[in-house]
Amino acid sequence: MSHPVSQSADKVIDHFTLFRQPEYKELFERKKTEFEYGHSDEEVARVSAWTKTEEYKEKNFAREAIVINPTKACQPIGAMFAAQGFEGTLPFVHGSQGCVAYYRTHLTRHFKEPNSAVSSSMTEDAAVFGGLNNMIDGLANAYSLYKPKMIAVLTTCMAEVIGDDLSGFINNAKNKESVPQDFPVPFAHTPAFVGSHIVGYDNMIKGVLTYFWGTSENFDTPKNETINLIPGFDGYAVGNNRELKRIAGLFGIEMTILSDVSDNFDTPADGEYRMYDGGTPLEATKQAVHAKATISMQEYCTPQSLQFIKEKGQQVAKFNYPLGVAATDELLLKLAELSGKAVPAELKLERGRLVDAIADSHTHLHGKRFAVYGDPDFCLGMSKFLMELGAEPVHILSTSGSKKWEKQVQKVLDASPFGKSGKAYGGKDLWHLRSLLFTDTVDYIIGNSYGKYLERDTKIPLIRLTYPIFDRHHHHRYPTWGYQGALNVLVRILDRIFEDMDANTNIVGETDYSFDLVR
Amino acid sequence: MSLRQIAFYGKGGIGKSTTSQNTLAALVELDQKILIVGCDPKADSTRLILHAKAQDTVLHLAAEAGSVEDLELEDVLKIGYKGIKCVESGGPEPGVGCAGRGVITSINFLEENGAYDDVDYVSYDVLGDVVCGGFAMPIRENKAQEIYIVMSGEMMALYAANNIAKGILKYAHSGGVRLGGLICNERQTDKEIDLASALAGRLGTQLIHFVPRDNIVQHAELRRMTVIEYAPDSQQAQEYRQLANKVHANKGKGTIPTPITMEELEEMLMDFGIMKSEEQQLAELQAKEAAKA
Repeated sequence: MSHPVSQSADKVIDHFTLFRQPEYKELFERKKTEFEYGHSDEEVARVSAWTKTEEYKEKNFAREAIVINPTKACQPIGAMFAAQGFEGTLPFVHGSQGCVAYYRTHLTRHFKEPNSAVSSSMTEDAAVFGGLNNMIDGLANAYSLYKPKMIAVLTTCMAEVIGDDLSGFINNAKNKESVPQDFPVPFAHTPAFVGSHIVGYDNMIKGVLTYFWGTSENFDTPKNETINLIPGFDGYAVGNNRELKRIAGLFGIEMTILSDVSDNFDTPADGEYRMYDGGTPLEATKQAVHAKATISMQEYCTPQSLQFIKEKGQQVAKFNYPLGVAATDELLLKLAELSGKAVPAELKLERGRLVDAIADSHTHLHGKRFAVYGDPDFCLGMSKFLMELGAEPVHILSTSGSKKWEKQVQKVLDASPFGKSGKAYGGKDLWHLRSLLFTDTVDYIIGNSYGKYLERDTKIPLIRLTYPIFDRHHHHRYPTWGYQGALNVLVRILDRIFEDMDANTNIVGETDYSFDLVR
Repeated sequence: MSLRQIAFYGKGGIGKSTTSQNTLAALVELDQKILIVGCDPKADSTRLILHAKAQDTVLHLAAEAGSVEDLELEDVLKIGYKGIKCVESGGPEPGVGCAGRGVITSINFLEENGAYDDVDYVSYDVLGDVVCGGFAMPIRENKAQEIYIVMSGEMMALYAANNIAKGILKYAHSGGVRLGGLICNERQTDKEIDLASALAGRLGTQLIHFVPRDNIVQHAELRRMTVIEYAPDSQQAQEYRQLANKVHANKGKGTIPTPITMEELEEMLMDFGIMKSEEQQLAELQAKEAAKA
């Protein structure tokens, strides 16, 4: 090597600086010319420019055989998320090991918390003979090693393709005394090649309720005054569930959140390791059959569960990730209607403060164009809130979105003058969105961490507001629901707008006539 | 009335689809609303009811549409003879893919999309042996309550019936599935009815009906019809009606099967003089050789 080595034990340089030193620059250059044999820079620039054209967009939207950066994960992740919201519950993944590592990592990267789950470690022989023995041994080991109060079983693709029967296997394992007969082992079939994480969430919620409530229809189940609430798959679950509990407390409503991950995904560092923390008590889950009603915060996360709950004689109400003033109004009025209690004065004050905050900042939001992507419910809630702020949702995209969802988004857009340039794209991915951003540009993108590549390519600022957020910390600890939550979302959007404004006006003597102290 | 789910299993070529379709056609006469779910990649479980081989199978259309989620129930649900609803699961060409997974996919699709609403009977017609977990789907919990095994007096059919009983036993302890009985489709082998009754006894079940051989079945089949439709007044139609009545009355009377070992099955055949013991065979061989010499 012709250059001196920059790295030394006395002064350790991190990767940001180290790889920019001359010896590394030379090394990368040599690698490129002597080994990579890539296209010329001109050719790369030409193709790059072509991908930004209308012509390319048409080809991109005619794409059939490949999906690039879908805005969805697989069923087991959703099922694991749902399972972890119940008291002392260990998710048990029936299938091969590597899959489980992926689910755990994915959740850990977002919540910055350890994520416990076990696998039945199916290998070649289990694929041929079926995974019954893995279930028998796995349940016995998991039960004795990790002392859970409940084990929630879900599956990977492998177990699904060979058709392993969870219900039968679990009963057989109980007969072999892997776990006591009365130990709760709900289950959900979660083939990763069907649906997405929101379907897996639904399957697991239904699985847990089926275990505690029984399978048969019973419209005459006696009812009490409690209300159940299913939050759905939500990256902001820690902040949101706590906010929902606060709201219920202000109302004086006895509310059971069915699957509450807020404590499990936010354990304190106080010297005690909690493998399980918080969660919906199992007894409350059992009693929840007697609630007078169940509210789903995310319609597309709960279709089967709500149907099941209806068959137990409960009223059900569904929302689409309610964000903002009007959506929160609807939620609170629904709570008031179901409980017969008036909306608490404190919440009315919070509403007034939120409206005031929106009015204070409206000049910076009015007419701003947004692209929004994520889960179907999030897209609906976010679009609605943007229009409430006077902003325009333009591209609304969800890989999990169906035709029905597209129509639903259209209806929301049609209800406001700010929705006239908006369009919903169900079943499309982030590479489609890239084309849209180049051919019909917007001012801001609202999405998750994966949007940073779109931000890099298009130079359109990204606002991270939905799961997964891997590269920013702790936002999930703040709510997005309720008036307080809406205020948080508003501030996040405004911060990005102002940062962007500063970044575009900071050249001394050239653009700094707009580099204002007061915005 | 609550939904009743039954399934027909049996060795390939035994006349399972013919028997089940004729029985179900007769059940309609008892004012029953029926859904047939064909669980065979050949997709011929509903041919006699629909008067044509169903081309629009669930999996065929799902493959075309890209995903089963893009399918509508109306696309795959066909109405046949006297309002019987028919669905064929379909599946891959022989030698590729996984037909078992296909059965799982189809049944989940049908349940989720409300195909089971507003019918009295769901009947599954399942191919040959229970070769993998997918083909056991209809006998899992909350699916078929009773299984009817179609068999004959032939050795391999008896063997297959015993094997299917083993499959049912595996699921009977954990779920509610029961063996409803054997249906013997006459092949005119020796002591057929006695043999079938004896096997039923050994399996802890009943020979629910002995369906005699009659050419009229072939005549009807050539016309893509059940005997019930083609020759409603024939003796054979009466036989199927009897079978349908027995199946209908058999609700909740299924049993947990007691399958036997291969040795026990062979012993049983020897007892009936159908199979010879090794000593007998040896003695006969020696006698032959002695005669030659």
